[in-house]
Amino acid sequence: MATVTMRVFRGDAGGGSFKDYRVEADEGMVVLDVIHRLQATQANDLACRWNCKAGKCGSCSAEVNGKPRLMCMTRMNLFREGEIISVAPIRAFPIIRDLVTNVAYNYEKAKAIPPLRLKPPEADGTYRMMQEDIDRIQEFHKCIECFLCQDVCHVIRDHEAHKKAFAGPRFFIKLAGLEMHPLDAADRTPFVRREAGIGLCNITKCCTEVCPEHIHITDNGIIPLKERMADSFDPIVRLLRRFRGMRKDGA
Amino acid sequence: MAGDDYESHEHDVLVIGAGGAGLRAAIEAAAQGVSVGLVCKSLLGKAHTVMAEGGIAAALGNVWPEDNWQVHFRDTMRGGKMLNNWRMAQLHAQEAPERVLELERWGALFDRTKDGRILQRDFGGHRYARLAHVGDRTGLEMIRTLQYHGIHQGIDVYMECKIERLLKDGERVCGAFGYWRETGKFVLFKAKAIVLATGGIGKAWKITSNSWEYTGDGHALALWAGADLIDMEFVQFHPTGMVWPPSVRGILVTEGVRGDGGTLRNKNGERFMFNYIPEFFKGETADNEAEADRWYEDKRNNRRTPDLLPRDEVARAINTEVKAGRGSPHGGAFLDICTRRPADYIRKRLPSMYHQFKELADVDITKEPMEVGPTCHYVMGGVRVDADSAAATVPGLFAAGEVAGGMHGANRLGGNSLSDLLVFGRRAGLSAALYAKNRGGQLTVDQGQVEAVAREVIAPFDRAHGENPYALQAELQETMQTLVGIIRTESELREALGKIERLKARAVRVGVDGNRQYNPGWHTALDLKSLLTVAECCATAALERTESRGGHTRDDHPYTDDQWGKVNVVQRLEGADLRLRREALPEMPAELKALFQERK
Repeated sequence: MATVTMRVFRGDAGGGSFKDYRVEADEGMVVLDVIHRLQATQANDLACRWNCKAGKCGSCSAEVNGKPRLMCMTRMNLFREGEIISVAPIRAFPIIRDLVTNVAYNYEKAKAIPPLRLKPPEADGTYRMMQEDIDRIQEFHKCIECFLCQDVCHVIRDHEAHKKAFAGPRFFIKLAGLEMHPLDAADRTPFVRREAGIGLCNITKCCTEVCPEHIHITDNGIIPLKERMADSFDPIVRLLRRFRGMRKDGA
Repeated sequence: MAGDDYESHEHDVLVIGAGGAGLRAAIEAAAQGVSVGLVCKSLLGKAHTVMAEGGIAAALGNVWPEDNWQVHFRDTMRGGKMLNNWRMAQLHAQEAPERVLELERWGALFDRTKDGRILQRDFGGHRYARLAHVGDRTGLEMIRTLQYHGIHQGIDVYMECKIERLLKDGERVCGAFGYWRETGKFVLFKAKAIVLATGGIGKAWKITSNSWEYTGDGHALALWAGADLIDMEFVQFHPTGMVWPPSVRGILVTEGVRGDGGTLRNKNGERFMFNYIPEFFKGETADNEAEADRWYEDKRNNRRTPDLLPRDEVARAINTEVKAGRGSPHGGAFLDICTRRPADYIRKRLPSMYHQFKELADVDITKEPMEVGPTCHYVMGGVRVDADSAAATVPGLFAAGEVAGGMHGANRLGGNSLSDLLVFGRRAGLSAALYAKNRGGQLTVDQGQVEAVAREVIAPFDRAHGENPYALQAELQETMQTLVGIIRTESELREALGKIERLKARAVRVGVDGNRQYNPGWHTALDLKSLLTVAECCATAALERTESRGGHTRDDHPYTDDQWGKVNVVQRLEGADLRLRREALPEMPAELKALFQERK
């Protein structure tokens, strides 16, 4: 057991500041454990979101020593002895209180995405899909909606005005997953370009770097989507597509 | 009122809880053309369902064509030690396949068989490989699919909103009253019908796989509204939770590890489960390692490995091994898949387990065994419902998923929870919508009820130097862990009830700091009331049932008693007093009984 110094942001939309707490950290603890200990012993009203404490729900996103992370998957032994550990709310979204931010932006973007439009079933009334055709999409489906990728995306983080016309990496892989879905019959090309604003992404891969699920957001999701956009502009590719019966296997 | 105003919403159907059951209920109710509100304590998509790992049990027959609803029904009843509501178990087995296929049509991508159909995996207590799954993150796939389907169905979603009390107009429910976690402000929902889908009660124990949300809200709301609870003594301790390091103790390790070939060993390397095969399961369980290992590939000619006995059996076995001094260094058992399956297979089939152990415990499960031990996981007991309609005993109130009782009897089989959420979530949503359509009269809310709740809710702020809510919660968890755990006995249960009584007295004196804006201390203080209520129900029912069965083991009554096999323990509030009685189980029809005669 060691005593650590946690520098935790306390405040709300009206302002706030970092406050230092000295707290005991036991073997094996993660940052979230220490935050819980603070709540139980020194700061009952310290606001933070969490649910599963196992890296599965994506609730406890924060910026730990400036780096966007899940608090439940950040081991305390990652830090040097005596190092002050700062914990701040994710910066791209408006603060509610302490470590809790208003992530409504993401729920609005989610709702705007055209949902799966189901193809007709096969002759026997069932649907079949081959594993190799869904491997890529299953990777996207690992997303736990922690919104860390949204937090680090500079389009969202640094340009408030862009938020309106930009979906962000989380929703690019959502869109990619739908576009590549073997049972989907919808065409989201105009949506991806206009409402989702994929052109604003200049592939800096910050999203991929912070993804706690290690999803290849840029390489496997965003770039294929961008290629699709380019293809849809190219008259020859469009013509070829038509001849090939509008296959949408893209992956 | 209590110093401030509150907003008000009105719906035909209000669903409380947005995990698998709540989302499925809301989707079904909306499909009936009624107005639907969906309230959740966390953000949408974060409910406990997201943590489910292994799969959804459904007799699709994709891997073993011999499988059908009758076999699934039989497995479920036997796993529940025949205490299940037979009709629920029947509906569940019959409807689960269609509910899974429906998820696929809504976009879910389950792992595939070679011929492109839904792959199914082995799990404890299931005769055939039956669980539709996505690696070991099936719950995530399920909740995301329901969430993204649900947001386009015209459902009003109220996130981070906590319901404190149901409101009644005479005998019927007419609404619910609670607060926004973000602002701490009050909110009133008027509703013709209410579906409870709030999940379980695991946060009453210290070592649990459950999140902060599992404070028995729905169980308590129903009880306070006059509804019956049944089977509250039956709590499932999942045999395999993480045990080391201490901060992760209790986090779930999927049964899929054993389903995919993993085996339990004690510190001597012995596969000890062969020593714990109960008489009831002898006929269908392998008694030697060679047969057990062959079973994974050839189910026709071999019996199931005892590693995949129902969870109650495995949890007790690990408990006994540890007590006998044959446990792992940190007081669990070894779960070994690294010597039995190739590393690539393990990473492909169990990616989150690989990740979880690597990140949180510095253990590479492709090279070393895991250390595991029992963790409080699920409550079989819950709101007493009508099997077909999911209606509680209070008019206008429905319940589905973990908060409902009866479906799983004395012990739930792995994989039967996700299918339960879908089957009975849909049924509850449908019945609630029909009820709302037929309900006559105005929705009248009694201001007196509302104001009484409002006063109670903000009272902790008037006691700035009151008891610490976290400390009280920790004391309750310690009490339930040590006195109402896997193995119970009369003296300890009485001691627990005494402690719970004293904690109840102290709970009305808790105080909180700060203000009402997103204040976890305050939220913890308010959740104490339901947590103490369900803890009392569980301990009281456990004291009553003087036998051992499924998720209820009495050291002082170690055997299963046939007389107890015919009754449920039913609890209800009369005035302020918790009353308990025994009621006969519904009688299973002869054609279903015959399914249990065929073969052992």
